[in-house]
Amino acid sequence: MSHPATYEVKVDTFEGPLDLLLHLVTKNEMDINDIPLAQITSQYLNYLDQMEAQNLDVASEFLVMAATLIHIKSKLLLPRHANEEEVDEDELDPRVELVQRLLEYRRYKEGAEQLSAYPQLNHDVFSRPELAAIQDDSIGHVGGEHGDIGLFELVVALRELLKEPAPAIYHDINTTGLTVDEATIRLRQRLKGHEQLLFRECFVYLPRREEVVVMFIALLELVKRHECRVVQLNPHGSIYLYPVH
Amino acid sequence: MNFESAKLKPRLEAVLFCSDEPLRLERLQAIFEVEIDVLLCGLHELSVDYAQQNRGIVLQEIAGGFQFRTRAEYAPWVAKLNRSRRNRLSKAATETLAIIAYRQPVTRAEIEYLRGVDSGGIVRSLMEKQLVKIVGKKDVPGRPLLYGTSRHFLEYFGLKDLTGLPQLKEFSDPDDVALSLEMDFDR
Repeated sequence: MSHPATYEVKVDTFEGPLDLLLHLVTKNEMDINDIPLAQITSQYLNYLDQMEAQNLDVASEFLVMAATLIHIKSKLLLPRHANEEEVDEDELDPRVELVQRLLEYRRYKEGAEQLSAYPQLNHDVFSRPELAAIQDDSIGHVGGEHGDIGLFELVVALRELLKEPAPAIYHDINTTGLTVDEATIRLRQRLKGHEQLLFRECFVYLPRREEVVVMFIALLELVKRHECRVVQLNPHGSIYLYPVH
Repeated sequence: MNFESAKLKPRLEAVLFCSDEPLRLERLQAIFEVEIDVLLCGLHELSVDYAQQNRGIVLQEIAGGFQFRTRAEYAPWVAKLNRSRRNRLSKAATETLAIIAYRQPVTRAEIEYLRGVDSGGIVRSLMEKQLVKIVGKKDVPGRPLLYGTSRHFLEYFGLKDLTGLPQLKEFSDPDDVALSLEMDFDR
């Protein structure tokens, strides 16, 4: 140990300012609907000091909540309006919104805790993994939400493809490259001869990254023109192209 | 048990065994060409068989379909079968996912208001896990994206549908909370 003076005190970590506030309320057995603002504010600020003392970055959200607490506290200190007729929303207990947020947060936190007790797929329970290839006729049954892929998943697949190192190019004479129109025609012809085409198969014989991207645009183009459907039967499974007849 | 369902049960078992996704009733009906009642009866008997006989797998209704799954207590052994055992979702991820599941369709701003922290990175990673998807855009200025849970979310937690989520405690009029949400965005 080169720094004998440093030692660590383990402080509970919290998901956010609401989590911390809820912890303080529970720990002090406070009534959530009647939170003693002065007490909770000082405890909250105390905790932030502890975090800073341990060289932890205090996220800005925690500071915003500190400001909110102090703001509410100052509002509570102001004398109430004497005129009864002007009692409106501004005269509501300034703690109301905070309490509602806390209650709402607690609700979802409890929901999440219960949910995390459920068995999770591929950790607690398993099912048959994706079969290597799907039969040609199964496409007839693929419909609705299941199967049809979103743009987000497609872009993830493209990123995977681009991660692979590009093969070395020894000479580079032809710089005109592949155009989207050419790629569209090429892809259309390839689809013609097949019942289905693996997403990856669209990109074979394309040594250059630019060409991979051009082919990807061509694929999107065919989908837009309803000439093919892009399907993924299982999350993270293989992506297939099906020509639309 | 009548003759028809006695024949159907092993056939159902064989088909379900081979499927790599929960099989929907329509799909099973197309395969067996029997009445839906007969099918349901067969599925029920099969699942009771598995539940009663101390088996390593169970027949479950998941995401609108039926699927064989291993029992949770045998996970350590199944995981050794060349399978990568995924990590459970983190506390922050589960919290965000729960908010999306209960409040969908929901915007990122609403999630962040409820959690009190920036949640962009977590929402993104939930999307990469395909548990969450974009379901549309909210009709307010800026047209923010709306998020909802996917079909895979149901499969992941072994839920029949969204009604299978844990019950939340009611604490107040939901409209009040909605109102306070609106107020916050106006600021």
